[in-house]
Amino acid sequence: MASDHVWIVGASMTRFARHDSLDALDLAAEAALAALADAGTAMSDMDILAAGSLFHAGAGLGQQLQKQIGQTGIPVYNVANACATGATALRTVHMSILAGESGLGLAVGVEKTSGMGLLGAAARPVGAKKEFVPAGRDGHVMPTEGILGSQTMPSVFAQAGMAYLHANPQASVEHFYKISEKNHAHSELNPLAQYRKRFSLEEIKAAPMISYPNTSLMCSANTDGAAAVVLCSSARLATLPLAVQKRAVKIAASVLTSDPYVPGGQVLPDVSTCTRNAAAAAYERAGIGPEDLDLVELHDCFATAELLHYDNLMLCEPGGAADFLDSGAPWRDGRLPVNVSGGLQSKGHPIGATGIANVYEVATHLRGEAGDRQIDGARVGLTHVIGLGSSAAVHILQK
Amino acid sequence: MPAQVPVVDYLVLEPEPRLKAVACSGCGADFLTRRNACASCGGADFADKSLATEGSVVAFTIVHRAAPGVAVPFVSAIVRLDDGPIVPGNLIGVDPTPEDVALGMGVRLTTFVAGTDDNGVEAVAYAFAPRG
Ligand SMILES: [Zn+2]
Repeated sequence: MASDHVWIVGASMTRFARHDSLDALDLAAEAALAALADAGTAMSDMDILAAGSLFHAGAGLGQQLQKQIGQTGIPVYNVANACATGATALRTVHMSILAGESGLGLAVGVEKTSGMGLLGAAARPVGAKKEFVPAGRDGHVMPTEGILGSQTMPSVFAQAGMAYLHANPQASVEHFYKISEKNHAHSELNPLAQYRKRFSLEEIKAAPMISYPNTSLMCSANTDGAAAVVLCSSARLATLPLAVQKRAVKIAASVLTSDPYVPGGQVLPDVSTCTRNAAAAAYERAGIGPEDLDLVELHDCFATAELLHYDNLMLCEPGGAADFLDSGAPWRDGRLPVNVSGGLQSKGHPIGATGIANVYEVATHLRGEAGDRQIDGARVGLTHVIGLGSSAAVHILQK
Repeated sequence: MPAQVPVVDYLVLEPEPRLKAVACSGCGADFLTRRNACASCGGADFADKSLATEGSVVAFTIVHRAAPGVAVPFVSAIVRLDDGPIVPGNLIGVDPTPEDVALGMGVRLTTFVAGTDDNGVEAVAYAFAPRG
């Protein structure tokens, strides 16, 4: 029977940190077992498993995980979808439950990116005879990074932020620094965050420049970590212990989009239209508007990205992201706290885990279990991730 | 003069350096790289289109950290050409500092030799420089 709603009954994340002694399976297993325990369930109760990891999905992470925590023969979906990988794994389980194929399911996301350095920067080949032969869809005869612009992640998102400034002259690079100031300050209260260190605006500006205006303190932190959720149909929820039902969080909307055609979108990746479309669909599906939200975890992979997503997620008036930030609204004591976890810049960005970790964060606040960083009385929250290339996932959670 | 090839096939060197797009005959959408069909309308008929050599900067970044072998700092820009298409390219003829680069600044296409292979063939790349 198709389910009317899907519920989160278990949620967990590992500490995000450099975990040299743990491999991806260790981290995924830790998160999965903690989420199962949080839901009062076991692997034997699960009808579906989705395992998200950008760098491990191709190797069959899901089946490897089962071989550690329970080979029960259920369908496994190995998921990779850039930085939207975790959210896509969650949504895979969500769709199966909505369709009535599954009653209970587990979604896990994991990555180890510590020490990976600059993502998107291909090394130059050395040694072989150099002969200019056209290759690839642009017929390039040599690597074009640094010759025809830059495709590194910090550069792509710096340019996306600068394009926002060009279109909205009331916003300035100072706003990007302020975003990092906020998110690093928020992370002090999150015991699961990688850095937990406050920085002044001056320290943020003076940090090593990566791709102007993004300094190292304005880039998401490479880290290791995993996150997991147990999802449940309405019918199955009614059979679970009362204590589990009381802590259940409703997924009021789960939306995944890709980037529709826009002129120039194949040159400067468009992370805005897909986000805007996902948000609009999610608000409509949930019957909830941005004015109803108590907190938001959005994809601040770089400080330059967060500003435009205030606008894309309609947290402010069109073009009003700078005013929204200047008003103090997205600080944890503001009107609409954004990234109280510390965000990707300070909590860390283990790619495949990110889109489940932000759901863990919001669900934990809605359950009133966020400890020192609790947003009091939070009842409705939104999560957002972007996978460059592009995808956007938006989830609206409600208690 | 040594033999020269363009660094990418959407750069045309003769008679004067220009960028070219493949434009969809159905909807007019233009693309820089070879197509299977149109991402905008699904059409499969395309024609080459010669692009304007001047435009303005709609986004930029100053790259200080790159892969080994890539010289830094450099200015990476996204340029809207005067006839509409959006193209990537380095900005040269400016200091790679925020004070010397501005959103909206006018630029023109220029070329430079980006490398020479073991046969002595030069790869010619394009870049943008402040408009005269
Ligand atoms: Zn077309």
